[in-house]
Amino acid sequence: MKKFDEDIIAALATPNGEGAIAVIRVSGKECFKQIDKIFKGKNLLSEVKKNTINYGKITFNNQLIDDVLVSIFHSPNSYTGEDSVEISTHGNPLIVQKIIEILLKQKIRLAEPGEFTKRAFLNGKFDLTQAEAVADIIKSRNDSALKGARNQLNGLLSEEIKNIKKSLIEIISLLELELDFAEEDLQFISRNEIVSKIREIIRIFETLITSYRFGRILRDGVNIAIVGKPNVGKSSLLNYFVKENRAIVSEIPGTTRDVIIEEVNIEGILFKFYDTAGFRESDNEIETLGVEKSEKTILQADFVMLIHDVEQELDLQFYNRIVSLTEENRVLLVQNKIDKTIKKLNENEIGISAKTGEGIEKLFKHLMERIGQTKIYTENSLIITNLRHLEILTKGKNYLKNAIYALEINQSQEFISIEIRYTLEMLDEIIGVVTTDEILNNIFNKFCIGK
Amino acid sequence: MNNFDIIVAGGGHAGIEASVSAARMGLKVALITMEKDGLGRLSCNPAIGGSAKGHLVHEIDALGGVMGIIADNSGIQFRTLNKSKGPAIWAARSQNDRKIYTIEAIDYLSKIQNLEIIEDIVIEAIEENNKIVGVITKNGKQIITKSLIIAAGTFLNGVMYTGLTPSVGGRFKEESAVGLTESMVKMGFISGRLKTGTPPRLHKDSINFSILEEQAGDENPLPFSFKTNKSKFPFLPQLSCFLTYTNEDVHRILETGFHFSPMFRGLIDGKGPRYCPSIEDKIVRFNDKLKHQLFIEPEGLDSIEMYLNGFSSSLPAEIQLKAMKKIKGLENVEMLRPGYAVEYDFFPPYQIDLTYETKLIKGLYFAGQINGTSGYEEAAGQGLVAGINAAAKILGMPELILKRSEAYLGVMIDDLVGKSTEEPYRMFTSRAEHRLLLRQDNAMERLSKYGYKYGLITKEELNQIEEKYSLIHKTIFSLNEIKIKPNQINSLLETKNLSILDNSETVSKLIKRPELTISDVLSSFTNKEELFSEILNNSEILEKIEIEIKYEGYIQKEQELVEKLDKIENVQIPLGFDYSIIKGFSTEARQRLTKINPRTLGQATRISGVTSSDISVLYVYLKR
Repeated sequence: MKKFDEDIIAALATPNGEGAIAVIRVSGKECFKQIDKIFKGKNLLSEVKKNTINYGKITFNNQLIDDVLVSIFHSPNSYTGEDSVEISTHGNPLIVQKIIEILLKQKIRLAEPGEFTKRAFLNGKFDLTQAEAVADIIKSRNDSALKGARNQLNGLLSEEIKNIKKSLIEIISLLELELDFAEEDLQFISRNEIVSKIREIIRIFETLITSYRFGRILRDGVNIAIVGKPNVGKSSLLNYFVKENRAIVSEIPGTTRDVIIEEVNIEGILFKFYDTAGFRESDNEIETLGVEKSEKTILQADFVMLIHDVEQELDLQFYNRIVSLTEENRVLLVQNKIDKTIKKLNENEIGISAKTGEGIEKLFKHLMERIGQTKIYTENSLIITNLRHLEILTKGKNYLKNAIYALEINQSQEFISIEIRYTLEMLDEIIGVVTTDEILNNIFNKFCIGK
Repeated sequence: MNNFDIIVAGGGHAGIEASVSAARMGLKVALITMEKDGLGRLSCNPAIGGSAKGHLVHEIDALGGVMGIIADNSGIQFRTLNKSKGPAIWAARSQNDRKIYTIEAIDYLSKIQNLEIIEDIVIEAIEENNKIVGVITKNGKQIITKSLIIAAGTFLNGVMYTGLTPSVGGRFKEESAVGLTESMVKMGFISGRLKTGTPPRLHKDSINFSILEEQAGDENPLPFSFKTNKSKFPFLPQLSCFLTYTNEDVHRILETGFHFSPMFRGLIDGKGPRYCPSIEDKIVRFNDKLKHQLFIEPEGLDSIEMYLNGFSSSLPAEIQLKAMKKIKGLENVEMLRPGYAVEYDFFPPYQIDLTYETKLIKGLYFAGQINGTSGYEEAAGQGLVAGINAAAKILGMPELILKRSEAYLGVMIDDLVGKSTEEPYRMFTSRAEHRLLLRQDNAMERLSKYGYKYGLITKEELNQIEEKYSLIHKTIFSLNEIKIKPNQINSLLETKNLSILDNSETVSKLIKRPELTISDVLSSFTNKEELFSEILNNSEILEKIEIEIKYEGYIQKEQELVEKLDKIENVQIPLGFDYSIIKGFSTEARQRLTKINPRTLGQATRISGVTSSDISVLYVYLKR
């Protein structure tokens, strides 16, 4: 059987394209010897001290390719846990490509996506949640997201899950004990105590579940669909946000047919605005197509900003149609053109003028509140950012609710126990006891080559 | 003559199943036992089945084993336990006439072809090139064999204790088996000590039953075995058990004897079962409990002995007696024989494979208490599967390894090998994670196909069983279709104070209501005779259908879960896999995995000391 570390892998670890430097990562048993064949420095890399950075030249067929710095990591003190080197080259894609080509002519092969992390995992460097966190860190768009993922990498999530598991296991072991000695009709734990313990765990699940939306927003940004009847000023508003005229703004109803995305960063949160085509019943094919696209956008948005001309009567049918595509609490009714009216708005109504910018600051404040950018989340909060975790926690919560129901209708122990067992199975999926193909592929495919 | 395919050492519950199954599979089998008249002796309580054990007996029966039949033929009380719980927990239990049980066992075995019963003791196993070739007996015989199944019970170097006086023996007035352990240790096996105990036996006429709570059997008792003729069942007169309790006086008296306890004095090293502790253990461990429940059980129809279940003890006889006299109903009790503890050798079961064959010596199988289990049913189940596998190997048939999701028997072997018990192992429903699928009512459906495959269930029997289950599934299918009109059922719903129907509803939906039974719903049809003629008067079938319908949601969910887990369960680990090549393991995991050498990833997940990270690492490695 072949050991992993007899096989040396390499890949570019920094993003493709021009940059000041690029880093090529190589990992595998005694990879130093392979690099020595193409590296000319003061000493042989296989003989230098570990954890050192070595200056030298990469040459091939006596031709200089680049001046490089090579960092040496000896097993097990490296990212993968194997012998590894990181070659820092000048960030020219041609040079990088040439060096990789030369590497592949040694006993080195190109790494598959996620293979470095997979090896790190195989060598016991981290557990599954931590491996997933690496993927999230790579994808993080801002500082807060990075911290959330870091906490997960540090094992906070595993720790929390382990605590919950412990508490659930305690409950079922007592229930099982009652069943094992059913003839003696003993009760080792009161039903009220079980209910309150399970309720407490449901509460923790709910906190984590709620944190997902915020966590995902930190990572990916907030998706906001802007909808409204033709000519209420959707595109003007968008233009106001992005302060550049990328969306077409015209006086003819129905001209914004494509969904246009603009990204705005406000206070560290990435807002992605999706402008939609006007919702007008139409026989025009292109317009109908636009309507379909808009519906899809609404479906996927975190918020739907329904722009309404304050002067006009609210079309309830239209409003309900938008609500039916999403949820009522995701729809934000925004009264536009307040500069042109003498109407007075209620305190909880949001009024703006896309033309003058009046009320827009208040609108953002409102949005921030709605996404949960309040003080509940600190740097140390456990925020889940991973869809897989969200699904598991949501299912787990349902099982626990079933358990409460079973308790309420006085069902016998095994029916309470089984719901708790299901919850435990779900939790095991997060920390990696049950690792089906899909989960693992899912996780490791998220990594780009080089990680 | 001195040449067999299989030798079974020991004539207890494991030995009986092993020798019968192998002989019925067509092999030449010798059962070597100390005493022909002691075959299948109930050495402890005079009862078969109980929580989770009743499940084992049903499974043994479904595979074509013996225990259910003998229990039915010798039963003097039959009860289904845990009826207040869901159907997965229901468990059959019988009180048995100790004498008749043995007579029935001897009778059954004497009719088995190819099976020779030899009265002797195996004292040495002979191997050549790590393969069993024969045995040497106490009477000095050398017998050649292809396989040896050791089912020695508590007899390997057995020592009994009542108070501080040890006496050598495996059972009351029976000698122990010396030499066999040593011969196996020489081969390289590791042995350990375990202990178990038994309570005192009382004179029936000295007990004041009139002041005790009586516990009779079920009104309509059900047999264990599908082969038992239900029309004449039960075959013997039925007797009651009686309930009583210890009290603080009893506990104080017992405490005066603690310094004579072989356990507390450290004379016995072997670990006892935590779940079936001696009365002195109970007093120490549950010192806040002021009383413990006791059952007074009949030993037989014409026996003068009664068995005091729950009062197992190894304290000096006079202290046992003095304490019992403070128990309600036992004020004038006459003790026929004191309780005692017995300590014996076992071989930690990581040394066997999932077929019960030892990993070290081919052709050598361990079954029953030698593997650290306790209980007749556990022993019988092991004997049966070991016997089938030993025979299958010789016949070149595939091995029988039942999955955890398939049978309690599968749970047991997987636990034994993977967890390698340090204390006597008994079956509980809680050990079976898929217990909602492993019910007594569907044991036949789960397992009789295997019984047939190995020739222990006949074609006719299999056909009957399959017909029964196809009728059940056919009926469930139609009950999902047939609708009941509001006017047919509403009067019943009203009398039961249940919400009435506005529209027609399928029969199965109504059966799912917790307050309604299948009979309630079916009897609401005026044309029920014509609609449900096949099942209406068959209570067994009705019950099975009702369970399947009422618990459909759980059963389906469980099945999905099993399918999902099977993906891990079925990942094979190559034979002799070298765990040292993967660096990601913890040291403990690497040692355990190497020692137990699991066949599948599923088996590996259940080895204690192997963490989820270890499994993930192994999984990725195997799948890469």
